[in-house]
Amino acid sequence: MFEEMATARYYEERLQEEYLEGKQPAFDISAGPIPGELHLAAGQEAAAAGVCRHLRDDDTVTAPHRPHHVAIAKGVDLKRMTAEIFGRESGLSSGKGGHMHLFDPDAGFACSGIIAQGCPPAVGAGLAAKKRNEDSVAVAFLGEGAISQGAFLESLNLAAVQQLPVVFVIEDNDWAISMPKERVTDVADGSRRAGGFDMPGVRVDYDDATAVYDAAKEAVGRARAGNGPTLLEVQVHRRMGHFMGDPESYRPDEDVAAAEQRDSIERLADDLRSEGVEDDELEAIREEARERVDEAIEWAKEQPEPDPDAAYEDVFVNPPSGVTAQEPDHELAGGDD
Amino acid sequence: MSEQEQRAVERELTMSRAMVEAVAHEMREDEEVFYMGEDVADYGGIFDSTEGLLEEFGRDRIMDVPISETAYLGAAVGAAQEGMRPIAELMFVDFFGVAMDQIYNQMAKNTYMSGGAVNVPMVLTAAVGGTYNDAAQHSQTLYGTFAHLPGMKVVVPSTAYDAKGLMHNAIRDDDPVVYLFHKRLMGIGWMPAPDGPKTPVPEEEYTIPFGSADVKREGEDATVVTLGLHVHRALEAADALAEDGIDAEVIDLRTLVPLDTETIHESVAKTGRLVVVDEDYQSYGVTGEIIASVAEDGLADLEAVERVAVPDVPLPYARPMENEVVPDSEDIESAVRSAHDA
Repeated sequence: MFEEMATARYYEERLQEEYLEGKQPAFDISAGPIPGELHLAAGQEAAAAGVCRHLRDDDTVTAPHRPHHVAIAKGVDLKRMTAEIFGRESGLSSGKGGHMHLFDPDAGFACSGIIAQGCPPAVGAGLAAKKRNEDSVAVAFLGEGAISQGAFLESLNLAAVQQLPVVFVIEDNDWAISMPKERVTDVADGSRRAGGFDMPGVRVDYDDATAVYDAAKEAVGRARAGNGPTLLEVQVHRRMGHFMGDPESYRPDEDVAAAEQRDSIERLADDLRSEGVEDDELEAIREEARERVDEAIEWAKEQPEPDPDAAYEDVFVNPPSGVTAQEPDHELAGGDD
Repeated sequence: MSEQEQRAVERELTMSRAMVEAVAHEMREDEEVFYMGEDVADYGGIFDSTEGLLEEFGRDRIMDVPISETAYLGAAVGAAQEGMRPIAELMFVDFFGVAMDQIYNQMAKNTYMSGGAVNVPMVLTAAVGGTYNDAAQHSQTLYGTFAHLPGMKVVVPSTAYDAKGLMHNAIRDDDPVVYLFHKRLMGIGWMPAPDGPKTPVPEEEYTIPFGSADVKREGEDATVVTLGLHVHRALEAADALAEDGIDAEVIDLRTLVPLDTETIHESVAKTGRLVVVDEDYQSYGVTGEIIASVAEDGLADLEAVERVAVPDVPLPYARPMENEVVPDSEDIESAVRSAHDA
């Protein structure tokens, strides 16, 4: 877990640097080496690492718009994921998807930029496993802002009534962009939503990777044994704003400071030290993580940008009559907008 | 001379400030007007659509709501049917999918299904558009979808002046109005706007009637019909074409429902050449509808037709591909030349 968490943290720090390059002094979302919006997950590593440690390659994970730490924990190809985030041809989706839309079927990973909309497909993966008598499971990650969304609540109900092998993991970072949790739900403990569907609900109050690991072990085990879904909520922290460029003027300074202080990676390091792991062993893991991330980023940046005409491909797997898309009859000028 | 020039004033506003000014004015005048949405209170709207309103009107009237679009858009429908005048914001138009039933089966149809016994005086606002690499789920305009489904008036401002006048009208309208503002035009600090949307805006209230297109540039050789961001791209293309002696007329539709067919037809009768430009998907959309309406009533005037829209693909992420499929001024220029030379 420590390795995945250290990798994910350093990954987000490096992406932050790369993203902001070219956006100085004036922040322009359409400038710089990384296109589009960027939602970084620093401070949320424990939930992903603690849960995914129990998963196999044939298990399915869906993540929301803040997906990198989950993707790393699930074993998504780091180089191709990074190339996708940089909008390069060698990316997971050949540059079509971007950072909110990462798909790696080999690793059993997908994400969606629409809040809570990864839940129904996770239920579908669970349904497929049950129909085929396989013991694979599906895990849907979502933020606490998503727990008021119909797609989430409907998914809980469907997974429960069909007793499907699904684990729903709420990463509670306290903030739905600018809206604090207490202003969007009267239920402080999101795992209590489970009660309404008669499924087990567990909350891990602190972003303690070991506690997440223990809770997830039971939840994933229950799903794999055919005993139905579980709702898990994990307290995490948002250290880098909702998206890069978010001024966070709505957020009290003390809340930012608290998020800085509660560092799940340091906490796990302390736990490991108390179990006799030496400092230099931990540092070696960190160093390896840094090398892997730096290498992925360097590789991604060396990859070519996609051909503009590639935009017309992949609408269908079987394009009707060999037509890929309706290209205009006059010449479309590409060029810079 | 455009309407805007006739009413020229010194003070210039960004499009977002102009929208907010209209909303604030209506809220002061009418206690029944309130605003609901995600991040509209403390944040002031992700695209500055409500900036400063919380301070003046408080949380009861500038309401942050849970991420529950079905519930709060539907609640706006219900409150509107009770006679209030809610404005409900969908942060990105792309999110309509999670709440579409409340939009097209409730908001849009309740008036008709009740035989006019019920009406729904609400405004649904949403940010639209690409050009900043936000990929397939956050870059669409979807103008045509709302305009296709009966029962919604559809407003698409392209300047601060129009944004204010159209917003006054939208809030006062007794029917549901979908007000789609292009992110790139708002004047947000982190997403620089092109020249054009920031215009002089009178401090006093004024309305711009729905169904009145604005001829942004007069010309004799070709008619370019467009809306939103592409009004500015079409004007840029027209300037470039003028250097080669091609005189393009540029019409800003301003509203899709109702549609000002008269202004379009008059222009085509003059130029004989029609180019329709849209940031929405090409098939079954705005471009086809405009061309059909001209063909039905003025086929004899029509010598050439071109359309410039997003070819039927989702919006790709990487810049070379997004630039390829989102029409730019060169694409418009090229289409006008094709029409002109036809």
